[in-house]
Amino acid sequence: MAGVAVSTTINGDAVEYLCQPDETLLDVLRDRLGLTGAKEGCGTGDCGACSIILDDRLVCSCLVLGAEAEGRRVETIEGMAHGDTLHPLQQKFLEHAALQCGICTPGFLIAAKDLLAKNPDPTEEEIRFGLAGNLCRCTGYDKIVRAVQDAAIVMKGA
Amino acid sequence: MNFDPRYSARNFASVGTRPIRPDGVDKVTGRARYGADFNMAGQLVGRVLRSPHAHARIAKIDISKAEKLAGVKAVITAADLPDLTDGDAAMYDVLDNCMARTKALYDGHAVAAVAAIDARTARQALKLIEIEYELLPHVTDVDEAAKHTAPLINDAIFTEGLEEKPVKPSNVTKRSQFGHGDVHQGFGHADFIVERSFKTEQTHQGYIEPHACVANFSSDGTADLWVCTQGHFVYRQHCAQLLGMEASKLRVTSSEIGGGFGGKTHVWAEPVALALSRKAGRPVKLVMTRDEVFRASGPTSATSIDVKIGARKDGTITAAEATLRYSCGPYAGSWAEIGAMTAFACYKLDNVKTVGYEVLVNRPKTAAYRAPSAPMAAFAVESAVDELAKKIGMDPVDFRIKNAAQEGTRSSYGPVYGPIGIGPTLEAVKSHPHMKAPLGPNQGRGMACGFWFNFGGQTCTDLNIGMDGSVSLAVGTVDVGGSRASLSLVAAEELGIDYSQVKAIVADTSSLGYNDMTDGSRGTFSSSMATISAARNAIKILRERAAQMWDIAVDDVVWEKGHAIAKGEKHGNLGKLSLKEIAVESGKTGGPIAGHSELVADGAGVSFATHICDIEVDPDTGAARVIRYTVVQDAGKAVHPTYVEGQYQGGAAQGIGWALNEEYIYGKDGRLQNAGFLDYRIPVCSDLPMIDTQILEIPNPNHPYGVRGVGETSIVPPLAAIANAVSNAAGVRMTHIPMSPPRILAAIEAARA
Repeated sequence: MAGVAVSTTINGDAVEYLCQPDETLLDVLRDRLGLTGAKEGCGTGDCGACSIILDDRLVCSCLVLGAEAEGRRVETIEGMAHGDTLHPLQQKFLEHAALQCGICTPGFLIAAKDLLAKNPDPTEEEIRFGLAGNLCRCTGYDKIVRAVQDAAIVMKGA
Repeated sequence: MNFDPRYSARNFASVGTRPIRPDGVDKVTGRARYGADFNMAGQLVGRVLRSPHAHARIAKIDISKAEKLAGVKAVITAADLPDLTDGDAAMYDVLDNCMARTKALYDGHAVAAVAAIDARTARQALKLIEIEYELLPHVTDVDEAAKHTAPLINDAIFTEGLEEKPVKPSNVTKRSQFGHGDVHQGFGHADFIVERSFKTEQTHQGYIEPHACVANFSSDGTADLWVCTQGHFVYRQHCAQLLGMEASKLRVTSSEIGGGFGGKTHVWAEPVALALSRKAGRPVKLVMTRDEVFRASGPTSATSIDVKIGARKDGTITAAEATLRYSCGPYAGSWAEIGAMTAFACYKLDNVKTVGYEVLVNRPKTAAYRAPSAPMAAFAVESAVDELAKKIGMDPVDFRIKNAAQEGTRSSYGPVYGPIGIGPTLEAVKSHPHMKAPLGPNQGRGMACGFWFNFGGQTCTDLNIGMDGSVSLAVGTVDVGGSRASLSLVAAEELGIDYSQVKAIVADTSSLGYNDMTDGSRGTFSSSMATISAARNAIKILRERAAQMWDIAVDDVVWEKGHAIAKGEKHGNLGKLSLKEIAVESGKTGGPIAGHSELVADGAGVSFATHICDIEVDPDTGAARVIRYTVVQDAGKAVHPTYVEGQYQGGAAQGIGWALNEEYIYGKDGRLQNAGFLDYRIPVCSDLPMIDTQILEIPNPNHPYGVRGVGETSIVPPLAAIANAVSNAAGVRMTHIPMSPPRILAAIEAARA
């Protein structure tokens, strides 16, 4: 099967790749570009571990084709920190121990970043529904919600 | 010097603080490498072909077409994994589960595997493998399978543990019994008796990371395996045995692990990946899909439990009895036995009897799931205890306090307890503000207790002091939820240095002695014991080196707060030497400084918890919602309290999912109908409230700091706590888990009718 040539922007950098027409963006990121921060927990859009932001929209990269990234902006977990400086959400996840095994963490951070971009002052309920597309099996979500609440306060003050 | 593990009280400097975990930054930036995040040059993609049938004889497998497909480098069947188990029945079952030999025993059972240049070719190759199945009758329900009329899953199995050796084979592989006293007599003294039967459905651990590994078999007979596992040393033993290798020739590196909860304690895909790599002569990466994870890995037992408890008017339990049937999948297990041991472990009983039956079914091989077998037994017992308290007219907490086991109690499964936390957790619950909070309409409050043994086991740890005075801690217990943080705290505590000076890693199987896996809540308990022992061995050397530097007797040197100090007036002018000052000079005083420890961590203190739960039931739909939840549990000593809280919260959340929603649903055809996260729905963020925790610390006398395991007990009480809350909210006694909306609605309607 002939490959598709794609020009896109990933975490602010221009990137070009060849992918198969039926290859997911998640597989492109992980297997072709070495960006393994997005995880495949289900491959069916149910767990959110592969969350990325595509042109300001939160998506499961397992449900997007690699070819669909043509001409668009992709944000992944690898682009969240600036050099050594963690994003406030990353810092608060660490401080609140909002991760145990950590496999869901990149997806939660991306989803929380998207949530706070759209709603900088969410209630607990809005956080819980905003993150309901991401599964965590370790934490019971308590510390994740608290970390997002705390990050929202920090980000409002910034 | 022999290591003395006994507890002694002390003031902690590091232990009990809450620093950021050492592996944290990599996990929030996406750098951390999990099972599927590792690649090798020339690596192939492995895929497994699975039986679509619940029970079938494999008459013929033809792999010739698949082998001829361009890009296919290896196709294997059971023939490529010859039986090298040498009469070890348990290992034979592991082998047969990895690759079906004569019969497919469940929907999802592996029957062949391929390695190809890419995923698409591998998928095409699977379609070209031709298998002739002869379908056999199947059975997936635990009660049906236990009947004499059920289809036999293995006609070589005769029930063990019966007084008379049976003459006919059976799906019941074993009967086990625990208890003491005379229950018949005990029930005779009871004023009130509750007798009920309960069922729980099969659930999956639901770790978000599917099983994944990369196997690289070299032509010189050695191999490397990168894998997400709870126990890389155990995986090495099992893989080496199944592939006919010496263990030392197989180096297993544990990746970061994306959840396990007991489900990553067994090999499934790893021997297959190694066999594919051996045949193809190239590295093979094998990652399960979510569908495969549900169909072929994991699940816990489905159960059917009968409970009878009797008590006097004053609330004293006079007798307690339970019969427990647990499904094992198609291979023998000891799941009902564990359930029978834990069922009444919270109580002081003069007359108690539990009987467990292990039952084969055409479902995936049962694997451990967090305090395996205990939650179901606790659901049955704690539901009946609540009902009995009501019958007597006693407060359920007071009734439990009156009958709670204490130090010196002979447990229902045999041993006599040391200092334990069941009484204190109940007292804490009794005075907890949650118990006094008002409830709204259609809301009910429930509480329940839980017990878990906790394990110790073989542990090996190295503590190496660098030339700059920094400390590397190499442990062999996989870090499933923050143990590198807790073990760094322990090393810092013992050496008297700052947490930031310690860097903990999980070493591979070629770099450290054997370690049992991280199960039984043993990670921090046993590896902290070994870390303390290793640190004390290093301190002994540090004192010797300081003595040498000062040219005084080693007995005149003590170790305090990270420094060697010369004691006695004659050495008053020597001052002190820091760990760093000694380390910098180590090249001149005898070479590298390290402490090692190899031990069997005995005396894992038993663990108890009591949970409180408020539930709101919608009487029109039967939907139940948790509106408040509190966990009270004994930690012995919480090394990193934030991660202890995390274990409490996580266990409670898993229990909530199990209680209200999660279940394997099989069709009449014996096929799993909900093998995905959409239809097997685990709790999401919007399903849960905050989960409050209270950590009690009743020191474990068998650990220097008093540590007990904390990981598993938290999943034991929720099923019963929620069932009791639903009962109080809706006025119906629920006896079937999960309490999904249709089940609750049916119970409400039956009660109305």
